[in-house]
Amino acid sequence: MSLDKATVAKVANLARIKIEEKDLEPMAAELNNILGWVEQLGEVDTDDVEPMTSVAEMSLRWRADEVTDGGYVEDVVANGPNHEDGFFAVPKVIE
Amino acid sequence: MGMIIQGATGDWEVVIGLEIHAQVTSKSKLFSGASAAYGAEPNSQVSFVDAAMPGMLPVINEMAVEQAVRTGLGLNAKINKFSVFDRKNYFYADLPQGYQISQFLQPIVGEGKILIDLKDGETREIGITRLHLEQDAGKSLHDQHPSQTFVDLNRSGVPLMEIVSEPDMRSPEEAAAYVKKIRSIVRYLGTCDGNMEEGSMRADVNVSVRKPGDEFGTRCEMKNINSVRFMQQAIIYEANRQVDILEAGGTVDQETRLYDPDKGETRSMRSKEEAHDYRYFPDPDLLPLEFDDAFIKRISETLPELPDDKKARFIDELGLSAYDAGVLVAEKEVADYFEAVAKGRDAKLAANWVIGELFGNLNRTGKGLSESPVKANALGELIDLIKDGTISNRIAKEVFEEMFDTGKAAADIVEEKGLKQVSDTGAIEAAIDEVIAANPDKVAEYRSGKDKLFGFFMGQVMKATQGKANPGVVTKILKPKLDS
Repeated sequence: MSLDKATVAKVANLARIKIEEKDLEPMAAELNNILGWVEQLGEVDTDDVEPMTSVAEMSLRWRADEVTDGGYVEDVVANGPNHEDGFFAVPKVIE
Repeated sequence: MGMIIQGATGDWEVVIGLEIHAQVTSKSKLFSGASAAYGAEPNSQVSFVDAAMPGMLPVINEMAVEQAVRTGLGLNAKINKFSVFDRKNYFYADLPQGYQISQFLQPIVGEGKILIDLKDGETREIGITRLHLEQDAGKSLHDQHPSQTFVDLNRSGVPLMEIVSEPDMRSPEEAAAYVKKIRSIVRYLGTCDGNMEEGSMRADVNVSVRKPGDEFGTRCEMKNINSVRFMQQAIIYEANRQVDILEAGGTVDQETRLYDPDKGETRSMRSKEEAHDYRYFPDPDLLPLEFDDAFIKRISETLPELPDDKKARFIDELGLSAYDAGVLVAEKEVADYFEAVAKGRDAKLAANWVIGELFGNLNRTGKGLSESPVKANALGELIDLIKDGTISNRIAKEVFEEMFDTGKAAADIVEEKGLKQVSDTGAIEAAIDEVIAANPDKVAEYRSGKDKLFGFFMGQVMKATQGKANPGVVTKILKPKLDS
């Protein structure tokens, strides 16, 4: 698998990471190096191996359906750049 | 009956598939302990997990798992004892994580099927593709401020079940019947309140058209439709739009479109297309969801009687028509009310009173069944008065109106107003004699062969007794007197 410049630009846009035009080629080369490295795993024969879902020998923990959290509006909105009347306030999102 | 659009080049068939998002009935969210209740102050039901603060980890709510399994059983579907949560990635202001935790390749519930109820008691089978669990996003308000969008994360992380149908529906009516049936099933099960106005149930509608017998055409998806009526309008508009494009020699683009109920049209949301490259991958914060057969068995043992079984029982055991049974079972509340009325009584008579007088008066006053001034036992008592001959059916309707307006008991109204049916032959005979004496010309006409006048005499006697005479007794006495 190999990434071209256009794919790098698309992935950057999807991830909301700004990359200058001049940096796209070098970024593609870097990413291709990483992909090539990971693809070495493809050389291992895994035909009869079950997919591993976790490195830990444990199962998903469940919680009882109880209300145990919430009720701290100020602490929640304090983490946004702007808030008003208990709402996060963000630049207008137009459909 | 499928919907056919007659185009210039021949008939077109409409193909519809639905994705229904149903909010799971639970106290807390899918992966956090914040409340999932509707209508609280903005951001007051948000934990740091829901706000996606760094380092916070999701822990699954056992009730959400149980409700998904229960719903799957109600949809006659395969339950997957092993399923996986994935991240669905997209950017939006009301999605603080930057991804929605959903299930992609391995959902908790697989293929199933339901019956939808059509006109005249007919049914049709519709396939269910899957049901999966996922988080709801927050809510954006665009109209509160001139230059800003306000975001409330109370809904963020609320558990949803996405129920996906096969593209089995062929008309707006079938799509509507499908939504109604899903709503009925989840309400019976208690897994979702089915309230479309509050957004606890909403639908994405996929529509395509084809010449009958052809392969499926390219589909368009209309998102977040929250009323059955709008959904039907959107399907009709969209199907016609696609036929127009195809007949003009064009091609339909697969895209997401928005239905605008004010203008009655759909329009493209092309801006969203790139955002729909979701890059799903298994959520590394969550291990696969696993449970055993005993868990499923425990849930299946608590399933209530579902609408289709109830309908069959009403038809087979109570002798109701398919139509009446279908009307009565659609809402569990109605079915329970009817059963309370019918218990130990004539079921057909009970059905007629519930569907006719009760529904009529509820509609007239805009009331729901839970607000009905006439409770099930009170209606039952009224029916008892008809059955034991205390009042006639006609008087009973008057009594019912009075019960509905005042909430009084039937027996009290009958007593107060002196509406008791007169079966006393002496009193009835006297009234008959008066009527005969007062209408000698009509009596002569009747005796010369105008049998139809019998109705006139019946009417006069009933009038003279203020409708209280027992019609059976009147007939028995009147007939021989006229014929003699």
